[in-house]
Amino acid sequence: MGIRFILMVNKQGQTRLAQYYEWLTLEERRALEGEIVRKCLARNDQQCSFVEHRNYKIVYRRYASLFFMVGVDDDENELAILEFIHLLVETMDKHFGNVCELDIMFHLEKAHFMLEEMVMNGCIVETSKANILSPIQLMDKAH
Amino acid sequence: MNPFSSGTRLRDMIRSIRACKTAAEERAVVRKECADIRASINENDPHDRHRNLAKLMFIHMLGYPTHFGQMECLKLIASPGFPEKRIGYLGLMLLLDERQEVLMLVTNSLKQDLNHTNQYVVGLALCALGNICSAEMARDLAPEVERLIQFRDPNIRKKAALCSTRIVRKVPDLAENFVNAAASLLKEKHHGVLITGVQLCYELCTINDEALEYFRKKCTEGLIKTLRDITNSAYQPEYDVAGITDPFLHIRLLRLLRVIGHGDADASDLMTDILAQVATKTESNKNAGNAVLYECVETIMAIEDTSSLRVLAINILGRFLSNRDNNIRYVALNMLMKAIAFDDQAVQRHRVTILECVKDPDASIRKRALELVSLLVNENNVKQLTKELIDYLEISDEDFKEDLSAKICFIVEKFSPEKIWYIDQMLKVLSEAGKFVKDDVWHALIVVISNASELHGYTVRALYKAVIYSEQETLVRVAIWCIGEYGDLLVNNVGMLGNEDPMTVTECDAVDVIEDAITRHSSDMTTKAMALIALLKLSSRFPSISERIKDIIVKQKGSLLLEMQQRAIEFNSIVDRHKNIRSSLVERMPVLDEATFNVRRAGSFPASASTMAKPSVSLPNGVEKPAAPPLVDLLDMDSDDIMSAPSSSGADFLQDLLGVVDLGSSSAQSGATQAPKAGTDLLLDILSIGTPSPAQNSTSSIDLLSTADVNKNPSNVLDAISSPAPPHIATTASAGMFDLLDGLSPSPSKEATNGPAYPPIVAYESSSLKIEFSFSKAPGKPQTTNVQATFINLSPNIFTDFIFQAAVPKFLQLHLDPASGNTLPASGNITQSLRVNNSQHGKKSLVMRMRVGYKLNGKDVLEEGQINNFPRGL
Repeated sequence: MGIRFILMVNKQGQTRLAQYYEWLTLEERRALEGEIVRKCLARNDQQCSFVEHRNYKIVYRRYASLFFMVGVDDDENELAILEFIHLLVETMDKHFGNVCELDIMFHLEKAHFMLEEMVMNGCIVETSKANILSPIQLMDKAH
Repeated sequence: MNPFSSGTRLRDMIRSIRACKTAAEERAVVRKECADIRASINENDPHDRHRNLAKLMFIHMLGYPTHFGQMECLKLIASPGFPEKRIGYLGLMLLLDERQEVLMLVTNSLKQDLNHTNQYVVGLALCALGNICSAEMARDLAPEVERLIQFRDPNIRKKAALCSTRIVRKVPDLAENFVNAAASLLKEKHHGVLITGVQLCYELCTINDEALEYFRKKCTEGLIKTLRDITNSAYQPEYDVAGITDPFLHIRLLRLLRVIGHGDADASDLMTDILAQVATKTESNKNAGNAVLYECVETIMAIEDTSSLRVLAINILGRFLSNRDNNIRYVALNMLMKAIAFDDQAVQRHRVTILECVKDPDASIRKRALELVSLLVNENNVKQLTKELIDYLEISDEDFKEDLSAKICFIVEKFSPEKIWYIDQMLKVLSEAGKFVKDDVWHALIVVISNASELHGYTVRALYKAVIYSEQETLVRVAIWCIGEYGDLLVNNVGMLGNEDPMTVTECDAVDVIEDAITRHSSDMTTKAMALIALLKLSSRFPSISERIKDIIVKQKGSLLLEMQQRAIEFNSIVDRHKNIRSSLVERMPVLDEATFNVRRAGSFPASASTMAKPSVSLPNGVEKPAAPPLVDLLDMDSDDIMSAPSSSGADFLQDLLGVVDLGSSSAQSGATQAPKAGTDLLLDILSIGTPSPAQNSTSSIDLLSTADVNKNPSNVLDAISSPAPPHIATTASAGMFDLLDGLSPSPSKEATNGPAYPPIVAYESSSLKIEFSFSKAPGKPQTTNVQATFINLSPNIFTDFIFQAAVPKFLQLHLDPASGNTLPASGNITQSLRVNNSQHGKKSLVMRMRVGYKLNGKDVLEEGQINNFPRGL
């Protein structure tokens, strides 16, 4: 299925957005997030963007103070996931204008709506930023 | 009113959570908020629902339970407005999962929304269904989704396509309904529809062979054309990433071509040109281009052989590997692992670079490279590669040593050209990273050492040298085992190899090493126990300093570990009072059986124990039948337990006596129990007081061991010695011996001396069947009891196909002879003899589980029972 979860975490290690495409219990999720965040945050810029953890491969990328982490299956194309993270950030930038941690915190549901337009059941739905954002902008106009 | 623009309460909550300094404060805020939300839910005001749910999602993200909000999601979904539905569906996807029954309630709302006139509502429902639907929902709603794949708006088509991937994964039977629709999606121009359509086809191909065949026939050319079109397409700003049009679509197309080409030469042939084009024309200076190249290489390697393409692929990987970007190097290592399968030589050419990657500062790259290196090793390069890896082991990060040492051990064991090299390398690994080495690895080392008789001297000297500089626990264990066994070779420089420097080690030096190990606080119990045994052995090898050794042993009487205390007392008594049997008691361990060890290590059951295990566990009445499965469930043991049973009783016995206690590591035993039968008779010999031939011997040992029990009945002893076949006295004597050595265990010998024969018992009785056991012992074999089983049919009916099976715990071994028959007439009987060998004779009584099967009027009857009422002392 490809993508198993998407996390956004600040550099203190606090989760700012979590979307899972497979079911984990609350305890498992907390434990998993803690372990991954510890592993990824300990790495420096020169190191590669991939970390193997349990049976996941984590592809992560840091934008300013925010880490984007995507857990994928073993046979997923890691480089493509990096590109996907970038697309996600560009999309959010386009909507929020230079997206930051607070935008995501205070507009959590909107960030989720964008993700919904991009990923479904762990697969990529749409790669055009305009197509991703149009339903969201339509809603904003309605209010 | 939009609760997000003016909903200060949500913003307030987030602010107050942000302001929290500690986790406890955060919990307090969340608790209060949850209480408010609950109260608000109870008031059931529809205006608050939206905001409550938004808050709950935030709280959920922080990792707090939010189950009480689940029903609110359903209410919001059922409400008519789009904003309510939208947040309701989002909550549904975040807070619920497919396992909850609440989800069933939503099926109806979903069905209505899938048929809604507003396409955005349809989109919401598709999205939710695609993310969380269960198998039941998939069945119920599949027709709607199928219809929506042909919807006029492409945004709905793409969502319906992905929703279908979930449906067919949940219910593979439905796959064929979607094949045609999926094929039609491949002709679309809209990128979103195309990429989702390709993913749906991929999913269908992986779950259904017919679908794969269909797409291969009908769609291969179309897919190739689509790929060519986007590869050659003019600049499209909306999809362009670093000069490549929609790399995501590229990748998905390549991936679908991969499953289509795999195993089909014709399809592979068709796609050769386009793959070559992608592989040569794609820009590789940006990540997006590399992602496409990476996928292309993977496809080239998976489809049927087109060797020119593979050369191209290997070249790309070579370029990747020398790239400065760590991400690229990582994926190169990943791919090279797959490339080894078809072109080992090409990968070998990069060996030096790969070895460099093992030493990379980046843990992810190291790990990949290490995996790859272990695949690269063969007989020709093993020495060179191992040297590199071991050199690196010395300087590597602490947390990498575990992986690294495990791999080195694996390589060394698998490819070692000669024993001395293997021993040398293992010693290096143990010295550097001994604490990371698994038990089975150092056990294997001991087995190899034991088998390399010409290297005993060399090994023990090398270990002595190594252990002086390193305190790694496993190294210490191997060293003390070897010093205990081969201490004399150490001090006398026996068996010097040509290239060895002579060294002077005194007996005291050797004992120092062991004393260090036993007194060191960091040593664990296994090490201490091994050290104690080594001391016992050395006390005989080095008679001149046996007083000092005795002192060390005596100190252990004060050990806080009961096992150590007890062994110290026993060993002390051996050193002190039984000098004349000591030397034969602590003889060198017999050569350990490598083959048996390896098989057992590999964990495969029957082959290892074929000769010993089967009789010891169960033999149905002479009927050939696989014994293992019924036995396993008869004993209620896991197979591991049974596996440790197959060893001759002597080995177990030896092990027990010498206190190689099973200290939690199941394989700790294996080293000792591996001793083949011949060798383990050693101890039996020493202790087999009743053996008929050396009558003199047996008398003297009874004298020697004169216990209170025997002394009380001197006449009995005399009787016994004079009587031609004294089964009971043998028991007495050996039980007495155990008393002495054990010191602490209660004496079971009373009963044994009282009755010369054991009374028969009724082992089992039901309304239809009675089983009686009578007992006898062969002279000179106190451990072995012969049991005559009599099966008596109490019913007026005839039993046919009668079969008796029995199982015993691992300290016992059971041998069943064929029964006198397998038909049991009314009130008739059958007999069968059993032989039970009790390795814990004198300590533990017999116990047995049995199962009887027979046919009564053509129907199978099964009776089971446990037999606990064996006379004591058997």
